[in-house]
Amino acid sequence: MIKINILEASSLTKKYGDFTAVNDIDFYVEDREIFGFLGPNGAGKTTTINMLTGLAGITSGSVYLSGVNYTRETKKAQRLMGIVPDESNLYDELDGFENLTFCAALYGMEKRKREERAGRLLQQFGLAEAAKRPFKSYSKGMKRKLTIAAGIIHEPKILFLDEPTTGIDVASARQIRKLILDLNQKGTTIFLTTHYIEEAERLCHRVAFIVDGKIVRIGTIAELMKEVQQETIVQFTLDGDISQLMQAVTDQFPNFTTEILGENMLRIHSTSLIPLMPFMKFFEENNRVVFEAKMIRPSLEEVFVKVTGIELGKMKKEKEKKGAGGKK
Amino acid sequence: MKSWIAFWNILRKDMKNYYLKPPNISWGIIFPFAWTLMFFIRSQSSFDVLSILPGVVSMSILFGTTSMLAVTITFERKSRSFERLLLAPLDLNLLMLAKTTGAIIFGVLNAFIPIVFALFLTDLSVVNWFAALGSILLMAVTSTFLGLFIAVSVSEAFEAQTFSNFFRFPMVFLCGLFIPVPELPFFLRPISYLLPLTYGADILKSSINGSGDILPWLSFLILLCFSVFLFAFSTKNVKKKWIY
Ligand SMILES: Nc1ncnc2c1ncn2[C@@H]1O[C@H](COP(=O)(O)OP(=O)(O)OP(=O)(O)O)[C@@H](O)[C@H]1O
Ligand SMILES: [Mg+2]
Repeated sequence: MIKINILEASSLTKKYGDFTAVNDIDFYVEDREIFGFLGPNGAGKTTTINMLTGLAGITSGSVYLSGVNYTRETKKAQRLMGIVPDESNLYDELDGFENLTFCAALYGMEKRKREERAGRLLQQFGLAEAAKRPFKSYSKGMKRKLTIAAGIIHEPKILFLDEPTTGIDVASARQIRKLILDLNQKGTTIFLTTHYIEEAERLCHRVAFIVDGKIVRIGTIAELMKEVQQETIVQFTLDGDISQLMQAVTDQFPNFTTEILGENMLRIHSTSLIPLMPFMKFFEENNRVVFEAKMIRPSLEEVFVKVTGIELGKMKKEKEKKGAGGKK
Repeated sequence: MKSWIAFWNILRKDMKNYYLKPPNISWGIIFPFAWTLMFFIRSQSSFDVLSILPGVVSMSILFGTTSMLAVTITFERKSRSFERLLLAPLDLNLLMLAKTTGAIIFGVLNAFIPIVFALFLTDLSVVNWFAALGSILLMAVTSTFLGLFIAVSVSEAFEAQTFSNFFRFPMVFLCGLFIPVPELPFFLRPISYLLPLTYGADILKSSINGSGDILPWLSFLILLCFSVFLFAFSTKNVKKKWIY
């Protein structure tokens, strides 16, 4: 299969006064792939989407979308894209069906076509029963689904999704991930942002890690995983707070990298095999009960931590603050 | 063609969702209705009705149009649904026209409330309808764009209301609606000539009771300039402030 780039951004930069929100990033999105921007809060994900879609001016750099020079022909490029913002921005007072047909009309679709397509999408997204209810009566998950439907009503070539599963419950998040995969299978290219590492790993073909406005790593999941392939990880869960114990652990096992994961969880990393017994003995000597000890298969999480130096605990906390979307 | 589908649907949605909603009907229609009644009850003869009509019509237009943009633009901006419009492949000028045409129509309709009233009270056959309708339309356009100008300069709907009252109430007194401009204290007169409503009201006066002071074609020209300037400035402001 020949790979074509549908979107190409070079030296993309966004400054707000003296503050650089997005700092000289380069990337491309291949036709029919799911490309993900993964990064913590404030990394510059939304700012990048806003620049790509036309809600934020580009300070410097260039964007090509399907060969259209984006900065010169913004409106022409906008016809090719669907946009789903991080917060639903449909009309509270319109019902589901009216919201969809209105959005279709913004792209110049004929009445018969937009009504037919709105009906079909409501069906596909499991919202047919709520079609005649005002948007403001929808649950968060329903709102997100309708916003995605509104984003694809004009059959865009590329769909931008800003944190599609943040702030909604686990079941709805799973449904939405399935919808995204289905859409992609039917040929829509997808650019999404997320701060859920597992989400990026499950959905995306290629991922860029973005931190403080910079892309620090970019590649297919397989390429990124190479960084940790030799690594073994063992995760211990103890009976209580482990923070005072950490110094002793590092002194006792200088050849292993240790990482605190939560109050009573720690991980040991090594490029060679990790023997369990010495650790078990060590905890016993320190009067600690081990609830669980398990080998962890390295995942994108480990790559992310290794590359960005961001503690997993920190991303997890943010996750809990923002909502219960991430875990499956 | 495609753009016109978008234009028409934006306009239709605003009409259905905002203009034809009970609170707006009361603000937009009962309000001019009340003032019409107040002024007409006070006036004694049918000649009086004619002398008051231009002022009442102008006020109905002014209040009917300016208050609307606070809803259709400021409020939608706050709820972020305006972003959806900005992201659509629609020329920004056409988009802003779509968002304002409803208010213009609403303003014109408002102007007819006092006129219908006057029909019952006096003989309107002396009126030059051609000029009167022209000035009603142009005044509706100008004051809508004045509302637009205010709506894009503020960030909250209540600010838009406050700010537009800051313009509207002085205009009622300074634009010669009830006190002719030449009779105002001399230091206020230059201000009067800086306000668009002065010109619209003057054409109405000429066409309804022949008491205008300015050449009608000049007034038309000046109103047109005001409209173009206010619209262009607002569109530029949207580009600068909302696509940041
Ligand atoms: N209009 C603005 N003016 C000034 N600074 C801004 C503006 N918009 C965003 N920023 C800053 O730019 C940085 C990147 O913000 P952005 O919203 O792109 O982050 P994000 O990766 O989307 O984060 P989140 O996960 O919280 O959505 C932040 O530090 C933010 O404060
Ligand atoms: Mg964001």
